[in-house]
Amino acid sequence: MKGWRLPAKRILAPAFWLGAWALLAMAVDRELLLPGPLAVARRLVALAGKGGFWRITAVSLLRILCGTALGILGGVLLAAGTNRSKLLEALFSPLLAVIQATPVASFILLVLIWVGRDILPCVIVFLMVLPVVWSNVSAGLRSADEGLLELARVCGFSRWKTTKLIYVPSVAPYFLSACRACLGLAWKSGVAAEVLTVPARSIGRELYEAKLYLNTADLFAWTAVVVLCSLVIENILDAAIAQAGRHRRMGGGEA
Amino acid sequence: MIDFDGVGLSYGEKPVLAGVTLHAAPGDRVALMGPSGCGKTSLLRLAAGLVRPTAGTVTCRAKRLSYAFQEPRLMPWLTAAENVAAGLDGGAAAMPDALRWLEAVGLAGAADTMPRELSGGMAQRVNLARALAREGDLLLLDEPLKELDKALREDILSLLDRCAVGRTLLVTTHDAHVARALAERVYTFRDGTFQLEQDI
Repeated sequence: MKGWRLPAKRILAPAFWLGAWALLAMAVDRELLLPGPLAVARRLVALAGKGGFWRITAVSLLRILCGTALGILGGVLLAAGTNRSKLLEALFSPLLAVIQATPVASFILLVLIWVGRDILPCVIVFLMVLPVVWSNVSAGLRSADEGLLELARVCGFSRWKTTKLIYVPSVAPYFLSACRACLGLAWKSGVAAEVLTVPARSIGRELYEAKLYLNTADLFAWTAVVVLCSLVIENILDAAIAQAGRHRRMGGGEA
Repeated sequence: MIDFDGVGLSYGEKPVLAGVTLHAAPGDRVALMGPSGCGKTSLLRLAAGLVRPTAGTVTCRAKRLSYAFQEPRLMPWLTAAENVAAGLDGGAAAMPDALRWLEAVGLAGAADTMPRELSGGMAQRVNLARALAREGDLLLLDEPLKELDKALREDILSLLDRCAVGRTLLVTTHDAHVARALAERVYTFRDGTFQLEQDI
């Protein structure tokens, strides 16, 4: 039975849902309402043949990755600061709680008043990613073993050595879990920002126009692009994590 | 090397130590005996500066500490050898020393073993190797033979005895044999404080 698990997860389950989608599309029998997977795939291939497709995808990807990277960096630095200073924690905790609770649409419309539409998706992604990384990394820092921190004091570890040997390994699972959660969040909020502000050369603009002209196959095709990009980046992240784990097991992380 | 003068310690409302006076000159070897919870470990923590006394003073003039905690406190993401090397200065250059000390505690073959794969006794020996490798002038050993098999206890006791030569030693134990083997002076917890039991 175990041998069935992997193919079932990787192939059979997606195949089942694609089949269900195809059957539903056949039952509806109106491409305007629900195009089938084949129609969407044909449209995707046609779009990919145009030069603009790759440029649009690359620009959206760049905006979202920039926002994600800045959000991760900001979240880590903020967590390090709030972990060391009660004052900083008292100062930033309510702000980050407000950011987390505010609907993304409110942020998009508010931030549009202050920044140009070309960089707005990047700012929105930054704002969505920052509190997630901050809260996860903060939890990781709090989880650092007090006994090991005492050992570090007794052995006279420098701050750098304590960070490298105790804090980084303690925080790593929290950080990686935050990164995985943020990838999906970044694409959702970034594309939502693009749809609402329609910057030039963006997946959001293509989605908006597809909806405007009732081009449902295009809407599905561009959505598939977003899903594929998200999956590819998630797989790259997973491969990087696995590689880091292998490097560690092979003794690449000496004390 | 270390002086406790009228030392008291409380955790919140709970008193742990009261009126402890104990002096150890360089090279002195002192054992602390008493039942669990009487404050033996707290005295070592005071000596290491991990806690501050709530009464009296602790004066420690050690330049370098070697502290073997009661529980092994190994970093689970490092191998046994890396854990020992982590206690030393010099990063990767400390590895030959770490391997030498692992060999001294009978764990030459476990250098690349992760802590989760070590038995309780093996983890305790890595803990001891890490402390001894530091070659501090003040050696703090908290129940050093805890979790060790009977067959190994005498070997490790002999190693600790050799390593303590020329250093100041504070060792806690339940075992009078360990106290006599390692220390010149034994303090026993009686009437709420540590009192000098005997000169050996």
